[in-house]
Amino acid sequence: MYTEKVMDHFTNPRNVGELENANGVGEVGNAKCGDIMRIYLDIEGDIIKDVKFKTFGCGAAVATSSMVTEMVKGKTIDEALVISNAAVAEALGGLPETKMHCSNLAADALHKAIEDYRNKQQKKE
Amino acid sequence: MRVYLDHSATTPVDPEVAALMMTYYTEKYGNPSSVHSFGREAKQALEQARSQVAELIGATPQEVTFTSGGTEADNLAIIGTAEALRKKGKHIITSCIEHHAVLETCEYLGKNGFDLTVIPVNEEGILLVEDVKKAIRPDTILISVMHANNEVGSIQPIAEIGKLAKEHGITFHVDAVQSLGKIPINVVEMNVDLLTISSHKIYGPKGVGALYIRKGVRIVPLVHGGGQEKRRRSGTENTPGIIGFGKACELAGQRMADDAKHQTKLRDKLMNGIQERIEYVKVNGPLGEKRLPNNVNVSIRYVEGESLLLSLDMLGIAASSGSACTSGSLDPSHVLLAMGLIHEIAHGSLRFSLGRQNTEEEIDYLLEQLPKIVERLRMMSPLYDQVIHMKQA
Repeated sequence: MYTEKVMDHFTNPRNVGELENANGVGEVGNAKCGDIMRIYLDIEGDIIKDVKFKTFGCGAAVATSSMVTEMVKGKTIDEALVISNAAVAEALGGLPETKMHCSNLAADALHKAIEDYRNKQQKKE
Repeated sequence: MRVYLDHSATTPVDPEVAALMMTYYTEKYGNPSSVHSFGREAKQALEQARSQVAELIGATPQEVTFTSGGTEADNLAIIGTAEALRKKGKHIITSCIEHHAVLETCEYLGKNGFDLTVIPVNEEGILLVEDVKKAIRPDTILISVMHANNEVGSIQPIAEIGKLAKEHGITFHVDAVQSLGKIPINVVEMNVDLLTISSHKIYGPKGVGALYIRKGVRIVPLVHGGGQEKRRRSGTENTPGIIGFGKACELAGQRMADDAKHQTKLRDKLMNGIQERIEYVKVNGPLGEKRLPNNVNVSIRYVEGESLLLSLDMLGIAASSGSACTSGSLDPSHVLLAMGLIHEIAHGSLRFSLGRQNTEEEIDYLLEQLPKIVERLRMMSPLYDQVIHMKQA
């Protein structure tokens, strides 16, 4: 049911873990529905220098989290903001229909992390 | 290594069963309704199968109606009774841990003029006879309760409910798909009026099942046509399938005691082994005699079931889960939720269902691999952070 690419990201997820010096953290989902994704960003200037994730969820949840971290590493905030959940799924060669809504939230987590970063920056100013 | 631990989903067909069936596809292929010798030999084999099935459940052959499987038998039992007794009453009692074939059928009737009472279960996944008693009304026409639960293996007090139903003159249906061949069934001793069984859970072919209909119990057919199966289920009989089912029942009767002994040993080894090797694990369902010999169900906290299944599958191990992600719905198993598990813990459930061919070595392999899988997924899980922090403190 999953593409080879999904299984690859599930088996060897990229950028798993936490960032101690993260200046933006975003979390979506809840344990009740079976998926939680948390994304940690280290942003310098306008660039996402480093990114890590932690995910509780199904194969699609892990794979999309892993994929999104690969897609944004080294990108600017503006570039990261235009990445959609659909784009993440597409980069994985597609997801089963039933997974498109419940487990395809990695881009949302990313956007939340950026929002968190911006809120923190504003407070500093 | 490939290890199949999903026998509650389906079993392999016993080679003896498959060989016998083949004859009825290629040589003795007659239609049992035909008068010629081809038809007669098929008919004879069909009736032998009926006797073999009846024998395993303590029924007479005339009381066995073949169907396309457990789901059809459940539908026939429930809708057939409701239609037959519509004038007598409209109240139906069932339990909250039934298979969807029963629950959905009852709910369908609930939307079409019948009243439905769904009995809860305790934390072991067992319903209380007292609750059934309280639910009975003057217009109750049917009680439908499964013999053993497919997810957690909990065995229900069928004989006691049967006695109660008999005292009140209520038709009693039991879905025994999961218990057939694993624990003894006697429809007379259990006071069962209708009993659903299925072939592919007992090393027979898929697409065959049967409904035991006690002599004298009224039921309206669902499938109309040529009047086969004493007008209870029209359509040319699936002769090879039915004959395979009959043989599988015969073998199940012969092997039940040995199978139960073997699988109970593996079950307890697996259940204890998981608890010894993995922290934060909860066993779902009852222990000991109240549990099917082949069922293991555990919730592994802080991880999600489908991830566990995928990881096991990559190592050749086949299991199942009550996680929402494996059911195609947004909610995890209705059985685990009914037993009081919170969603998060139900999502992390794993079911291993043992079979005749499983070995100690296979269980050892699973016990060696599972802790590594859990560790890997937990290190990835944000829910596990609190545990790590707790441990560091």
